[in-house]
Amino acid sequence: MRAARIRPARKVVVMAAIASLGAGLLAGCADDGKDEDSSSSGDGGGKTTITLGLFGTMGFKEAGLYEEYEKLNPDINIEETVTERNENYYPALVNHLTTGSGLQDVQAIEVGNIAEVVETQADKFVDMSKVEGVKADSWVDWKWKQGVTKDGQAVGLGTDIGPMAICYRKDLFEKAGLPTDRDEVGALWAGDWKKFIEAGEKYKKGAGKDTYFMDSPGGLINAILGGEEEKFYNAAGEVVYKTNPAVKEAFDLTAEAAEKDLVQAQTQFQPAWEQTIANNLFATVACPPWMLGTIKGKSQPEAAGQWDVAAAPTSGNWGGSFLGVPKSGKNVEEAQKLVAWLTAPKQQAKLFAVQGSFPSATAAYELPEVKDAKNEMTGEAPIGELFAKAAESIPAQVIGPKDQIIQQGLTDNGVILVTQGKSPKEAWENATKTIDNNLEK
Amino acid sequence: MTTRHDTAAPPSKGGAAPGRPPGDAVSPEEARKRARLSRRWQRDLRWSPYAFVSPFFLLFAAFGLFPLLYTGWASLHTVELTAPTDMTWVGLDNFTRIFDDEFFWNAAQNTLTIGIISTVPQLLMAMGLAHILNYKLRGSTFYRVVMLAPYATSIAAASLVFVLLFGRDYGMINWALDLVGFDKVDWQSDKWPSQIAVSSIVIWRWTGYNALIYLAAMQAIPQDLYESAALDGASRWRQFIHVTLPQLRPTILFTVVVSTIGASQLFGEPLLFDANKGASGGSQHQFQTLGLYLYEQGWINQHLGRASAIAWTMFLILIVIGIVNYVISRRLRASS
Repeated sequence: MRAARIRPARKVVVMAAIASLGAGLLAGCADDGKDEDSSSSGDGGGKTTITLGLFGTMGFKEAGLYEEYEKLNPDINIEETVTERNENYYPALVNHLTTGSGLQDVQAIEVGNIAEVVETQADKFVDMSKVEGVKADSWVDWKWKQGVTKDGQAVGLGTDIGPMAICYRKDLFEKAGLPTDRDEVGALWAGDWKKFIEAGEKYKKGAGKDTYFMDSPGGLINAILGGEEEKFYNAAGEVVYKTNPAVKEAFDLTAEAAEKDLVQAQTQFQPAWEQTIANNLFATVACPPWMLGTIKGKSQPEAAGQWDVAAAPTSGNWGGSFLGVPKSGKNVEEAQKLVAWLTAPKQQAKLFAVQGSFPSATAAYELPEVKDAKNEMTGEAPIGELFAKAAESIPAQVIGPKDQIIQQGLTDNGVILVTQGKSPKEAWENATKTIDNNLEK
Repeated sequence: MTTRHDTAAPPSKGGAAPGRPPGDAVSPEEARKRARLSRRWQRDLRWSPYAFVSPFFLLFAAFGLFPLLYTGWASLHTVELTAPTDMTWVGLDNFTRIFDDEFFWNAAQNTLTIGIISTVPQLLMAMGLAHILNYKLRGSTFYRVVMLAPYATSIAAASLVFVLLFGRDYGMINWALDLVGFDKVDWQSDKWPSQIAVSSIVIWRWTGYNALIYLAAMQAIPQDLYESAALDGASRWRQFIHVTLPQLRPTILFTVVVSTIGASQLFGEPLLFDANKGASGGSQHQFQTLGLYLYEQGWINQHLGRASAIAWTMFLILIVIGIVNYVISRRLRASS
């Protein structure tokens, strides 16, 4: 009797164990689906196929540049593999570089990672400065320098840059009793981020309770720091974020804005932030040209034309990428030619016209695609001219290998806490503790 | 009870294959041939099982054992993901500093609390659901399939929906709370609300799965036990307490062990629930689990050596949990 009673139960346990193992396998299959890899395949037929590994929406294909290049070079076929987010793309790229396998002929590198790649992976890349037709002075000076090692090897050629301005809602500014003309708005805070906060206070007094002066603390601290020559590393390459007064000032100013309820308690590019754009609830956003595309993508149709662009208190850079050619690729020669062509001023201008990626080659600013550019979200604003002007005054910034980690710590583990009711002091302590732990090897 | 197939006698005649025609006279040549065949057959019988089980063990060696050993080796060095071949020997440094690493202990504590507030209600609810499903119901297959539906959903999809539900400003749950007159809860930045929210994803996903395991075990309980209990005048509730629960003891132990292991490895839900993009488990690490901390050190900060040490520490903790579970289950079995 006893045995008979136990046996079925044991059987059940065994069955359950089998079920859970099987289920684990199934779950393993179901869980990947996060990385959205898309690749376009063309007809290889005897042609040389050049592959590109990209992230986000770099827009070469959308702007028709591959087609054009294939027409100019009939024996070339171009294929791209796109990973949606750089957070997923970059670790994989580092892995492939260190093992020397699985690399595409061309690999894109985000500006936040370029310092680390130049410092640690340069020997895996071809020197692009030696390629025919590539001249260092075609690019904005600091952009060229970011991709170059100490011995002058160009690890990657610059694609776009992100000269920052301030995009603002004309209707909300008017309701709050602030000027709406872009020159007057720019004059409100010219030269000093403190004036920007003051304008915010004025806005808060006049505007309704539900709207915010700026979109997020992360956007604000990023915009302020973007105009500094040295932020987290000094020119000698040492980590100085804790002692650099510019960083603390930017932090405190952002915390002040958060305490005064001028910024929303949001993280950029997250669903709640996107919903706030759709609901027309914030008046300004730090705005490189590509941000106009984001705003357009998340807005209701009736928001078109409500925005305008004014100069930021100090202009900085936000975003931009590089294209590098790994030595282990199959078509190194052809890939170099393609990269040189894709990053030439003419192609950069075409990319701006379609994708809003602002050219990093100064010659492009004179081309009609950039000079006469207008944009649906900002009505008649001459965005090409405005952003070109911002690009001129961007300082050559020292970029360190762990910039991204430090910046993310200051934002996600720092200023965001002030919007949640913590004191700026607590927020700073939390941020620095997190960053120090993340930097420690 | 067990049958050893390697020593079991081969079927004397026929078996599944067509039998050999019986021959009366056997030539010596034929006999040699038969002997050879027989030897080959015995070798086959002896070694083939190893060939059949080898795929798992080869795969395990490549994808289980090697990573385990390599991780152990890496944990004794300072290694960065940007240069994995560039190792500096530091001995047990990566392990000893875990003792002072407040982020590690914070993550360990979060793993424990999230594990408890997700596992306990989950198993209780699963038991209740299984008990209800064990009654005669119309369309019972339908209900069973529905119970398994959350489990079949990918974590990524489910977590994204939960992020929207738990949103502070536009989330449905806060909207409902507001309707009933409660204040908004900041589900992502306060410690307990965020842990409860993460647990709710886990509970949602695994309750049905455990309920089905309990249901299978309940259906294996002989009906005559209930009949005799009913004859003795036991109510439904008494039957549940005195017949169902004791009979389910091994199954309950099994689900507890599996859920504990699952909870200690919790990763996907908190990663995707984070309002920021990083792996810090909220602005103040309020729901950073050990799995998430390991991922942050290894793949975001690229400190391979530290991450390996964390991985091994987690492994050791799991072994301790396993031993505790084993001891408890032996005690329980001995007492019954």
